Amino acid sequence: MQESAYLAGLPIEIPSALDAPRHSGLVRITHWIHTVSFFALVVSGVAILLAHPRLYWGETGGVGTPSLIDLPLPFILVGQSGWGRSLHFLAAWICVLNGLVYVFSGLVGRHFRRDLLPSTANLRWGNVMRVVSNHLRWKRPGAEESYSYNVLQRITYLGVVFVLFPLIVLTGLAMSPAITSIFPALVTGFRGQQSARTIHFFAASLLVVFLFVHVAMVCRAGFMSRMRAMTTGHGHAGGESR
Amino acid sequence: MSGDLVSRRKLITTGLVAAAGASGLAAAVHVANRYGLIPPDHGGIYGVGETLTYAAQRLLMSHHPLAREFNRSEISKVAPVNGDTPEDEPYQRLLAGGFKDWRLVVDGMVARPYAFSLQELKRFPARSQITHQACEEGWSFIAEWTGVPLSYVLNLVGVQQQARYVVFFPFDTSWDSLDMADAWHPQTLLAYAMNGDELPAPHGAPVRLRVPRQLGYKSIKYLSHITVTDTLKNIGKGLGSISPEIGYSWYAGI
Repeated sequence: MQESAYLAGLPIEIPSALDAPRHSGLVRITHWIHTVSFFALVVSGVAILLAHPRLYWGETGGVGTPSLIDLPLPFILVGQSGWGRSLHFLAAWICVLNGLVYVFSGLVGRHFRRDLLPSTANLRWGNVMRVVSNHLRWKRPGAEESYSYNVLQRITYLGVVFVLFPLIVLTGLAMSPAITSIFPALVTGFRGQQSARTIHFFAASLLVVFLFVHVAMVCRAGFMSRMRAMTTGHGHAGGESR
Repeated sequence: MSGDLVSRRKLITTGLVAAAGASGLAAAVHVANRYGLIPPDHGGIYGVGETLTYAAQRLLMSHHPLAREFNRSEISKVAPVNGDTPEDEPYQRLLAGGFKDWRLVVDGMVARPYAFSLQELKRFPARSQITHQACEEGWSFIAEWTGVPLSYVLNLVGVQQQARYVVFFPFDTSWDSLDMADAWHPQTLLAYAMNGDELPAPHGAPVRLRVPRQLGYKSIKYLSHITVTDTLKNIGKGLGSISPEIGYSWYAGI
């Protein structure tokens, strides 16, 4: 299998380091399959929500009972969200199977440990403050960040992969009366079917926020070079303006 | 020379992998068919998702687990209703007469077809269960349902070996079907009471189906006729229910 993109400790002026792909083939393929399935999940998820844009806490809830949040959205897809549901569950299968391939290969190939787990140096207070301050000043990433993730990226990616995605899959399954007949603890653990639905909504919202920040950062770092890196595997170090 | 060898080896490997994949897929379809893991609405691109969900859940539920049941204190004070009570003359006449003349016809692939009166159904051993009902729109409520298990009625009429589905026709225009796993499931009820009272008309009087391991729309109301069959091809558009005809899944275990 293709070795990972992050060449730890290799000085970037060594030409061979620049020739190596920034992202392994498996990461690139699963990234784009995930992009398509996530887009389908968001669109279809909104369609499902528009059949009943009210959120509740506990086991039950409906019109005529107190809600947790009344989203400022219309009830326009009542009885018409069938396509949304079918698309959502098809895309969910693709998302989960693709995600399992990504996570399994990332564990076996040590991608997570080598490239994403923050090192002690990453976590040093001075380094964290420097990275945060760079972001706050909307500073373009330096060339070194083409080959290694900064501490904020590492924490965010690990949080998305190992917290938000498991949470959204489990809260989705907790809404299934068939699955909860097999694993009742799944839904009682989330304090009820309606609570699971509400947590599912907020986890999805956080993932959409992540997507916007992710795309904004890609644009800031150099859209074409980062897109090339995630597609062909090869992109120039730093932004294209250099 | 060595380049030729490598590419030939690559070609052979690719061919073997492709052949293994194709025969693996063919074997999977064969097994899935044999064990009833393919839903009637398996066609089209969305059918792939429907089939994966149905097959996975049927395999996970091969030990026939029960849907969650609740305490009396958890019964919802509000039980919303979707859809209207049938307005046509036959139903309204039966409703006005307290369903004395109502009969539930059970026929098809059974040894002893029969038309049950409401009184007869109520004399059979009853089951009460407090279960959660979720609408696919997103709302839900908990209620206590009392009725005769469908399995009891199926045993009375004597279902033939080759039966694969039980089809339900109500007084309104909808219709639906269950596979035998759900038809024989102990929590699948022909419910005639809700929260200790007669089933209210908006909730499906005199008798509605209750299938607590699926979304609310599978629990169809105003039952009139049940038929046992080995194929759904000649009913409606052959998709097993009216739901796929209006864009929703036949299997609603989600």
